[in-house]
Amino acid sequence: MKRILLAASLMLAGSLALAENQLGGIRPVTPLDEESEARQIPNVVNSDVRQVRNYPDQPPVIPHKIDNYQLDLNANKCLTCHSRTAVEVSQAPMISVTHFMDREGQTLASVSPRRYFCTQCHVVQHDVEPVVVNGFVDVDRVLDFMRGKKEGGQ
Amino acid sequence: MLNFLKRLWFIIRQPATHYSLGFLTMGGFIMGIIFWGGFNTALEVTNTEAFCTSCHEMRDNVYQELKPTIHYTNRSGVRATCPDCHVPHDWTDKIARKMQASKEVWGKIFGTINTREKFLEKRLELAQHEWARLEANDSLECRNCHSAESMDVTRQSKLAAEAHERFLFTGERTCINCHKGIAHHLPDMSQQAFVEPLTPTTGHLERGPVRLAEIEAYLQSARP
Repeated sequence: MKRILLAASLMLAGSLALAENQLGGIRPVTPLDEESEARQIPNVVNSDVRQVRNYPDQPPVIPHKIDNYQLDLNANKCLTCHSRTAVEVSQAPMISVTHFMDREGQTLASVSPRRYFCTQCHVVQHDVEPVVVNGFVDVDRVLDFMRGKKEGGQ
Repeated sequence: MLNFLKRLWFIIRQPATHYSLGFLTMGGFIMGIIFWGGFNTALEVTNTEAFCTSCHEMRDNVYQELKPTIHYTNRSGVRATCPDCHVPHDWTDKIARKMQASKEVWGKIFGTINTREKFLEKRLELAQHEWARLEANDSLECRNCHSAESMDVTRQSKLAAEAHERFLFTGERTCINCHKGIAHHLPDMSQQAFVEPLTPTTGHLERGPVRLAEIEAYLQSARP
């Protein structure tokens, strides 16, 4: 009898959870046998304003559109503006010196092959709210908090 | 030969004996329409995308690359076809280009780029021809649609506006200097400069092992 009751209550709880879509996560709410409406493709941020890095060695995000930029063995469209020799024309930030280093830390004459494919680390941003909650706190704010705590403690 | 020409000239000089003046003038007029009209129609047929992509060399390579770009698919549905960019619109320039294109017929007949591999091997050379042509005519084919007067930089991104103000409006650079590879994939650019830097730098080194003595000799020669 107890077992039957337990099973029944579990089933009830499970169906309630399903009804409220608590398993949803970032998946749309539509049931599996129905077709959900496609979300609008968000716009790429094209402000050309450099963004703050969340930590010093974060690869800076790309503040402009990179639609149809060719990035393969033949050509690297990003380097038309960001290469060492191009920045006078483009006034774009030059790729950092770390991009000239091989994995032994030897500085090469041109971009190291392991740093050639820009979009492995650098990405554009979309004009959307974050899909999942992010609890990241900037280290400066942590330091501020620590200082405040210390001062408060004394 | 000379006798034949003399006889021909003699016949041409003679007044027509059997045909009336009306027949000759009207006939000339009608034949003129047919030949001139036919010539122009044939010219226009060769100036369409359907004609260009009737050859697999164009259809399977460059045409496929054009399709995802803004010049083929975009929000307003206005698009450029092959001849819009690759054939001048003015009549004399167009005829000159068409005469050059007879070499492309030769290439087609003898299969210069009839496989993907051959095409990729030739791609840099082919691209360089187009870049040189557009640089020489101040990007005329771009400007057939994109006029600097009508360009509203306030509607552009900050970066684009600055670049156009600095280089396009001053005439320092022309469209193709910066906008290479916008409609087709780029060839191997490792020996090429996309945009010539303002400060001249030393040229690209040839691929392959370079001996120290050669480098030293090069540095000597580069010294002012």
